[in-house]
Amino acid sequence: MNRQLLTGNGAAAWGARLAEADYIPAFPITPQTEIIETLAAWCDRDEMDARMVTLESEHSMITAAAAAAATGVRVFSATSSQGLLYGMEMLYTVSGWRAPFVLVNVSRGLASPITLEPDHNDILAARDSGFLQIHCATCQEVLDSTLMAYRLAEDARVRLPVIVNLDGFYLSFTREPVALPEQELVRQFLPPFDTQGQQFRASSPESQAVAVLGGGPYSYFRYETHLAAQQALTVYDEIAAEFNTLFGREHGALEAYRCNDAEYCFVMMGSFATKAKAAVDRLREAGWPVGLVRPRLLRPLPVDALRKALCGKRAVAVIDQNLSMGMGGVLHSEVAMALYGQVEAPLLVSFVGGLGGRDIAANEFYEMAKVLREAAEQGKSPPPRLLYTQNELREVRKLQAIAQVERAELKEGKGNG
Amino acid sequence: MAESAFKNMKSLPSSHLLGTGTPMCAGCGGLEALHEIYDILGEKTVFVNAAGCMTLLSVYPFTPFRGGWLYTAMASAPAGAQGVRDALDILRAKGRISADEDMQVVVLTGDGSAYGMGLSATSGAMERDLDFLYICYDNEGYGNTGQQASGATPHAARTATSKGPQGYPGFKKSLFDIWAAHRPAYVATVIGAEPLDLARKIEKAKSMKGPRMIIALSPCPTGWDFDPRETATIGKLAVKSGVWPLKEYMDGQVVHTKVPRERIAVEEYLKTQGRFRHLFEPERNEALLAEIQARVDHYWENVGP
Repeated sequence: MNRQLLTGNGAAAWGARLAEADYIPAFPITPQTEIIETLAAWCDRDEMDARMVTLESEHSMITAAAAAAATGVRVFSATSSQGLLYGMEMLYTVSGWRAPFVLVNVSRGLASPITLEPDHNDILAARDSGFLQIHCATCQEVLDSTLMAYRLAEDARVRLPVIVNLDGFYLSFTREPVALPEQELVRQFLPPFDTQGQQFRASSPESQAVAVLGGGPYSYFRYETHLAAQQALTVYDEIAAEFNTLFGREHGALEAYRCNDAEYCFVMMGSFATKAKAAVDRLREAGWPVGLVRPRLLRPLPVDALRKALCGKRAVAVIDQNLSMGMGGVLHSEVAMALYGQVEAPLLVSFVGGLGGRDIAANEFYEMAKVLREAAEQGKSPPPRLLYTQNELREVRKLQAIAQVERAELKEGKGNG
Repeated sequence: MAESAFKNMKSLPSSHLLGTGTPMCAGCGGLEALHEIYDILGEKTVFVNAAGCMTLLSVYPFTPFRGGWLYTAMASAPAGAQGVRDALDILRAKGRISADEDMQVVVLTGDGSAYGMGLSATSGAMERDLDFLYICYDNEGYGNTGQQASGATPHAARTATSKGPQGYPGFKKSLFDIWAAHRPAYVATVIGAEPLDLARKIEKAKSMKGPRMIIALSPCPTGWDFDPRETATIGKLAVKSGVWPLKEYMDGQVVHTKVPRERIAVEEYLKTQGRFRHLFEPERNEALLAEIQARVDHYWENVGP
């Protein structure tokens, strides 16, 4: 096995290459661009037998991706943030075509204010689109998940597009040792693309994505897509087991770290969960019975696995790197939904942090563990909290002070003119 | 270019490939043109559609087409065509399908998509020299939602969003010129009421590679307010009055394919349609009529013999 130091973006590109994707519609956006540049270089040097085309927008990119998949080739594409949102109409549209392909999203906070650094509001905006979602915490996982995503998307019981998500900067530009599986072994795991009759050929007329009239057929096809997405849970478990057998790496629908005897748990998605993992280890050393639960699948949501991992715990902190204005953390509400009414459901405490690339420090995890213990002792969850320090607030106050002085000077005509 | 197989009206296809019983309005000028176009393009075609009237041609589980159909969205039908074309090319190149399984990829949109929301995707497809045919049925407004003004609406026309005494204040932009500025393989205007001119152009487009762009003016009984039986008559008047110049672009040259010898007055065309009634009733709006006539005259002054 070949091991290389790869960025998350490089790992995503290797995923597409090893999956032997035929077609790559692309559009550049930070922090995803390295993926398409890497693939373009391979195509130019004939190291990859794929056709790449740069579209004029992500809206067109998603359309072309799905149209090619619906014609019968294996398709890879990648985007990020504003790009994912620009293509949002087509995400919702093409999932209903039931044409399987894989889209990598490199998570980045959304405007406004515009920023380049990561959080999960972009990918969560696609939550209800019909795309399945796999969230990665390491560069190895990005590569492995891309291969697994093709198997999942193309399975006859699923036939839905899949998004593989990785965090911008923290994963996209971080180099980690990544095991590159042998091409032959990947072929064993992922057979050639099977159109299963969904294709455009002169000899077999086919109408795809046609309109319906009335709620009857509409409800039928929408619910059928929902059932296929739910079915993807069972299919995913099969695929993960097979992947583990072939490649010796375990990627469950949900990762439970030091959870068995834990009384308290953190719940997080993505690369920041590796920080939570390190905090769990430190807390364990100090005698705290803490664990981490990290859903890798968000759609379909592994509800039973969440219940199994969290019921019986005293208190659970859900740490959201996203914010639904007027509601709070999205993952918190998903976990609450999964646990509601369950026997021995734990107390849930909501934290929002890591917005726009803001770090979550080790001592903040220790503080959250303390909050969990107090909540358990009092039998009551405290209100949701934003992870934000006095220092950060002071820095923002300084910026505001400068802005006010500048504005006042402009008004008085002093300025720098 | 080989000589046309279509010498006269009698040589036009007598077969009619497009199925009947569609939900298009009676007298739909767009459907008239599509019938004529489809007879020439044939069955080995995938139609990639954008949101518009003709989205309703394929309603589950029916379709009037004998080949392929893919509905996309309002803005991105040319990108859908890109995906289908590229996939077919990949399948050919990798030996996964034989040449006789290949299909022509045809974008089918209204003017709302072509002149507005879909223009960026169309421009991109032409930049990339996509091998496809684009058919815009231009009924000069957002027809499927009740004829609101679009980028294709002519000056002074009444629409659902311009009902004042002056009608629509804007001017129909020249999609022909916008498209031709990209220097694609072929651009042509057609109209269903001139089937021979249309057939020759589609025949020519079919024989070429690269972006081939067709705009079909589509008299719309419901949107333009006229009796459905008048569709062909109004189409002919559009050409005779010089309002709808029949022309084509190839190799950097624009050629007019049917120059009206003596143009009839534009008002002969306008007065056939309820959308221009306010120019004649309760009294003639001489200023506006003269302005519209002058604009058409000006166009033809710059057209060679």
